[in-house]
Amino acid sequence: MTGHVVLRAGTYSIRVARRPLVASLALVAAALALAFTALCFGASWSRPGEVLAALAGHGDSVVVVRDWRLPRVAAALVFGAALGLAGAIFQNLTRNALGSPDIIGLDAGSYTGALFAITVLSGTSAQLSVSSVAGGLAAAAAVYFLSLRSGLSGMRLIVIGIAMNAMLTALNSWIVLRAELEVAMAATGWSAGSLNGVDWAELVLPFLVIGALTLLLVTLSSGMRQAALGDDLAVASGVRLNLLRLLLVLAGVGCTATVTAVAGPIVFIALAAPQIGRLLAGTAGVALMPAALTGAVLLPAADLVAQAVFAPISLPVGVVTTVIGGGYLIWLLVRRAGRT
Amino acid sequence: MKTDRRRAAILVAALALLLVVAGVSVCVGAQAIAPAEVWRAFTAYAGTGEHQIVRGIRVPRTVLGIFVGAALGTAGTLVQTLTRNPLAEPGILGVTAGAGFAITVGAVLGLAGSPAGQLGLAFAGAVLASVAVYAVGSTSPLRLVLTGVALSSVLAGVSLGMRLMLPDVFDTFRFWSVGALAGHEQQPLRLALWTIAVALACSVAITRPLNAMVLGDDVARALGGHLARTRFGVLVLVTLLAGAATAAAGPIAFLGLMVPHLARRAAGASIPWLMAYTMVLGPILLLVSDIAARVLLPTGEVPVAVVTAFLGAPVLIWAVRRRGAVRS
Repeated sequence: MTGHVVLRAGTYSIRVARRPLVASLALVAAALALAFTALCFGASWSRPGEVLAALAGHGDSVVVVRDWRLPRVAAALVFGAALGLAGAIFQNLTRNALGSPDIIGLDAGSYTGALFAITVLSGTSAQLSVSSVAGGLAAAAAVYFLSLRSGLSGMRLIVIGIAMNAMLTALNSWIVLRAELEVAMAATGWSAGSLNGVDWAELVLPFLVIGALTLLLVTLSSGMRQAALGDDLAVASGVRLNLLRLLLVLAGVGCTATVTAVAGPIVFIALAAPQIGRLLAGTAGVALMPAALTGAVLLPAADLVAQAVFAPISLPVGVVTTVIGGGYLIWLLVRRAGRT
Repeated sequence: MKTDRRRAAILVAALALLLVVAGVSVCVGAQAIAPAEVWRAFTAYAGTGEHQIVRGIRVPRTVLGIFVGAALGTAGTLVQTLTRNPLAEPGILGVTAGAGFAITVGAVLGLAGSPAGQLGLAFAGAVLASVAVYAVGSTSPLRLVLTGVALSSVLAGVSLGMRLMLPDVFDTFRFWSVGALAGHEQQPLRLALWTIAVALACSVAITRPLNAMVLGDDVARALGGHLARTRFGVLVLVTLLAGAATAAAGPIAFLGLMVPHLARRAAGASIPWLMAYTMVLGPILLLVSDIAARVLLPTGEVPVAVVTAFLGAPVLIWAVRRRGAVRS
């Protein structure tokens, strides 16, 4: 697929490859459709017309749709995109399909923090947020500083991340083993990640942070393209590689930690979204845009399924993300059998 | 060949170290037994309580540690060589997730109560999962890794969902999920140990074609290698090794990632030497961790998987920082 489209607006024009453009538009449409379905879905189905009216502020179900369902849907869209971005950043940095915040110890660190809050402190939701973010950031900072040595090497970062992850995971499962059964189950439930009961007040700050980080990434994107050509070439063309990498790590860690603070560690989206996006968009490397959009499709879809499967009991969304994301990746691999 | 002689010397030293560690592993434990008494348990068995501890618990546990350590280390070397991905570990083929899934399903159906049941379930799950991964991903190393990760997460997700809804199942699983040698030495392990022994012997036999494959698919083909056959053989071996080890001791897969990295520092690019070193280094690491697991806390044992992680991870970090032990 080498087709290109030229978009013109007055004197400005950009040349875009057709396949990624079509894929991105399709993903946006899918995300919006899913979001709308999620707005209709609840303890009882609302008719689409009713939901549209409620969004505009008319009708009986304004509170249900705008104050209960909309925050959850918005959170799923934005958090999914943020996780997809974080995954794409780490896979770009490490040039490895296994590079993701899940793998370099961030999620395990958050879980350790949360276990601390649940087993030692009283485990209120504020304590959970603060100590999980603190745990995740501490793990990420440790991995980052341990892997600095005359610059940052992607490979070193990921191996040290895996080592840190292994330590924290072992520690976590030991704590779970020693805890009371109910405490252990509560902690495991948190560790799966869930969007149950999010409201607007909780979401304002996370959305602002994620928005700011996205803007940062937009300014970094040209440097990232150069860096993808190889270290030497990037340096030769004037990219400040170490600064670029530091900022990228900060953005990736920031996105993940923000999501974790509100929803717990929702695994797998950061790992799968960039790869699925790459396969859909047919790009050579892992691109940010398809990854973010794929994330914004995956998380709402997973959340919808999590609410629907065993309704009225709602599963932690992380359980579903792993199953859907993994299943879809397998399906893509099966369908593209013979091609890499 | 000077390097060969040096490598042989390192191997002999490592074997000696393994003997020492195995000796210590038999002597150390919750019950303080003098080394002389341990010696008598072998030479002049009198059936006292101390002799029974040595021969009935510590020796089987040490043997189990040696086999599991060698199996995981070798499986790690095979997977990393096959996928040309230094981050690959046996778990990547779905072995750990498959075993965990089988244990969960078995617990739901009420089959995972007995040690023999858990052993069989874990092994069957590990084998089935890696067969599925191989069926989808066999055409290229990248596909293999992606498929393994994808299937693992599907299985992990489904079993997590089941566990969160059924507290009993959750309880069974959390005890299985922390890999340990303690308590596992009483299981009917004969079959698992034989599987590991045969697979280790086959791993030695497969090093030569594997050595050619490291040079790249085209070169290996030009040298007369049967790529598909070698790849299939390696996957069968990894499944058997990691599956049997996971069934016998629970998930201690980090060992499979770490041991090849450490062994590679001494072996350089030679696959036969790498294989030899991992087979010795794996048991040493696991036994040292297991000894530490027994003596670290006065209140009770730490699961050995926790110790391997806390022992191995800093070593891995040190190795990567010092010389960039990873060839990317």
